[in-house]
Amino acid sequence: MVENGIGASLKRKEDNRFLTGKGNYTDDINRRGQTHVYIVRSPHAHATINSVNTAAAAAAPGVVAVYGGQDLIDDAVGGLVCGASVTGKGGEVNKAPPRNVLTIDKARFVGDPIIAVIAETLAQAKDAAELVEIDYTELPSTVSTANSDADGAPQLHEECPNNVALDWELGDKAAVDAAFAAAHKTAKVELINNRMVTNAMEPRAAVGEYNSGTGDLTLYVTSQNPHVHRLVMSAFMNIMPEHKFRVVAPDVGGGFGSKIFTYNEEAICAWAAKKLDRPVKWTSDRSEGFMSDAHGRDHVSTAEMAMDADGKFLGMRVDSKSNMGAYLQLFSVSIPTLFHGFLLAGQYTTPAIYLEMRCVMTNTAPVDAARGAGRPEATYLLERLVDVSAREMGLDPAEIRRRNFIKADQMPYQTPVVQCYDSGDYDASLDKALGMADYDGFSARQAEAKGRGKLRGIGLSSYIEACGVAPSAAVGSLGVGVGLWESAQVRFNPTGGVTVFTGTHSHGQGHETAFAQLVTERLGVPVENVEVVHGDTDKGQFGMGTYGSRSLPVGGVAIANACDKIIAKGKKIAAHTLEASEDDIEFGDGNFTVAGTDKVMNIAEVAFTAYVPHNYPEGVEPGLDEIAFFDPLNFSFPAGAHVCEVEIDPDTGTLEIVNYTAIDDFGVLVNPMIVEGQVHGGLAHGIGQALLEGCVYDEDSGQLISGSFMDYCMPRADNLPSFNVDYSPTIPLHNPLGVKGCGEAGAIAAPPAVINAIVNALDIKHLDMPATPEKLWRAAQAAG
Amino acid sequence: MATVSMTVNGQAVSGDVEGRTLLVQFLRENLNLTGTHVGCDTSQCGACVVHVNGDSMKSCTMLALEAEGADVTTIEGLAKGGELHPMQQAFKDNHGLQCGFCTPGMVMSAIDLVAKNPNPDEATIREQLEGNICRCTGYHNIVKAVQQAAQGG
Repeated sequence: MVENGIGASLKRKEDNRFLTGKGNYTDDINRRGQTHVYIVRSPHAHATINSVNTAAAAAAPGVVAVYGGQDLIDDAVGGLVCGASVTGKGGEVNKAPPRNVLTIDKARFVGDPIIAVIAETLAQAKDAAELVEIDYTELPSTVSTANSDADGAPQLHEECPNNVALDWELGDKAAVDAAFAAAHKTAKVELINNRMVTNAMEPRAAVGEYNSGTGDLTLYVTSQNPHVHRLVMSAFMNIMPEHKFRVVAPDVGGGFGSKIFTYNEEAICAWAAKKLDRPVKWTSDRSEGFMSDAHGRDHVSTAEMAMDADGKFLGMRVDSKSNMGAYLQLFSVSIPTLFHGFLLAGQYTTPAIYLEMRCVMTNTAPVDAARGAGRPEATYLLERLVDVSAREMGLDPAEIRRRNFIKADQMPYQTPVVQCYDSGDYDASLDKALGMADYDGFSARQAEAKGRGKLRGIGLSSYIEACGVAPSAAVGSLGVGVGLWESAQVRFNPTGGVTVFTGTHSHGQGHETAFAQLVTERLGVPVENVEVVHGDTDKGQFGMGTYGSRSLPVGGVAIANACDKIIAKGKKIAAHTLEASEDDIEFGDGNFTVAGTDKVMNIAEVAFTAYVPHNYPEGVEPGLDEIAFFDPLNFSFPAGAHVCEVEIDPDTGTLEIVNYTAIDDFGVLVNPMIVEGQVHGGLAHGIGQALLEGCVYDEDSGQLISGSFMDYCMPRADNLPSFNVDYSPTIPLHNPLGVKGCGEAGAIAAPPAVINAIVNALDIKHLDMPATPEKLWRAAQAAG
Repeated sequence: MATVSMTVNGQAVSGDVEGRTLLVQFLRENLNLTGTHVGCDTSQCGACVVHVNGDSMKSCTMLALEAEGADVTTIEGLAKGGELHPMQQAFKDNHGLQCGFCTPGMVMSAIDLVAKNPNPDEATIREQLEGNICRCTGYHNIVKAVQQAAQGG
């Protein structure tokens, strides 16, 4: 048994620097001769830009340069790219309207960047920005997810008639229609999946620096995927060839999806640093972040279920629209289609499913992947529909789930919506969750609460997600423009320490600890002798980064495979040194042993021999340093059952979560302490969406109303309970480490669990998120 | 520009600032104490909390010039001789941090909380940390950490 290997709740290696103020975030980086950029943004949701006068700004104290969109075009800098090409109805691929780094003739949302003012100090840049004169003609705007494709709605892009970027369908419509025609009963729910602002606590930031002597460009940036940032800026934006371009994502203060994408301001820092031959720094204000970070969710849907007399699901029909904002970001339309539609079977055997999804452009910030990305929307819709179905059938919500679960012995299970689940025992996780939450004792607790004037409710959520993003061939065939493999390099240093380069990026997930544990488990090296390096394109090999709960299921396997290459080479060296046949060498606990003898060589000795190869096997290269790339065979399918219990005060509309139980199946846990922390954080995100958070644009003016932490309600410590977290693991067929990914589960599972508890407490069919005290009070009053 | 002088982490410091310079800007930009973070522009998030004359203070709510003569402690001033402050240790022991960005402000607030409420229950801790936003942890382990630190480790 290796100490501090897989399964150990090792305290995190990264914590000391964060706890002592020695973290190194992008805004902490200052370079000699640095300038500061401030962005002039559109105050209008939709406007023609008639003219721009920057003369006064350019003459203001400290100003170094003032740039507009044409300046970048003149330097052959390309626009921002959409990486998705998803095929919709009639074989038509999604539109991808062009987007300049700085918009020139038209502003399409509040916050659309127009002018970059660069000055010696940030204060000077801000002061000068006040002097930029822009003459606009305001245009009518449209922000509505439901109505922006209506006749007569203001049009955003010539390329997108009726503001439709993509009309997509999935599944067998005829089979679903037949299921509804034959149904004993049907259930229907109309629901909104509220728009979220991701709000990582660290605002986005970038520092560009150019060395005119070498011609090398460096960009420090808040990124979840520095190699992807470099690739996009090099291949599509023409800012600098990859081999002359270093992108560093140092400590990053949370991402949750919003730091996947290449943004306008980052491109400006990179491009202007070269143009001015001076470092250029930009740090987002929180207000700018609200306006310009990619938002998440924002669907309106109607979902229907057809059932037989026993409550078995026969068919499901979904008619949905998703709001893409004013421009398509990197993943954009792939989120409400592929990452949403493919999860609509959930944990159930529903034989026929049909989804229509219309992706619409609106005068709002772009919408893209945010923690869960499509899967929270699918889970919320499905788990709400299942509860409405139970209500229609007069069945207990747990019972209708059990009657429709895919059973453990049916695995692997091919759903009617593309995905093939490789493992899972949904009855087991539900039974465990119901036991831990004392589901059977609920009615007594509800009666007791009623005596105190409180409405008590309980809600379930049986969720599944597709993680470990993703098999390259599969996503490629669906229109995602990249491969989603991952890479690792495991390097022994001559004195026995191990440096691990991962292509993933850690921005809170604890990779420096968990990945070191993987190496310790595999190679038997003490965990303190293993250092994990990420986030610098000059240090590590190309990697695809961190999102979609992929770092361990994909990146972790790459590390394990690189370790196996180390062992294979080490056996040759040990065999030579120990004068044995390679076939007789066994490896375990860090030692190469000649089978059946006491002849042994520690892996650190093998490493030293590899670098000082005086007595060395013929034909074997010196050094001990191996790279592995891993492309997964399938997604992983974390799943589980969550139970939420709430009490509502009908007189005030205030709500308390009195119990939250999460039972998750993540397969093998490498560091249970870190996993539990990921669950907690995901739950807070999901509960935030259910109760507090909602990004609101004014329907008439298109102004962002929820534009600060004073207007957008983030979950705070006193909004949340402590959580009861446990596991019900099954082992995946396709993942060599037996892991599934855990970072998004809570955000996916929690919203329906909370809303199902609320509608149970109020005995109503549905209530849209966020279930604010006002909404709860009104619903309680209406329910009497 | 005006000159401001104060004591930061036990050291006498001074610097030239504009009237509009915030204390957090002085700490980060003049003194290079980048452990104190800026997470918002409306004094909501608490990432910038430091101690001013022993009280926790959002350093974005205070002008640098207002801190003239004050005794300021930042996250960099807590660990002594390489040994973590008990609150820092409690955050580490309980996995009370993930990305680390809110952590300095959270730790500074938590220290003040325990100083003023030596034996806080969970509800008190949650209420008192309401001015510090964390997006990563869901607060569960932060609450546990503060409880551990309050109970003397």
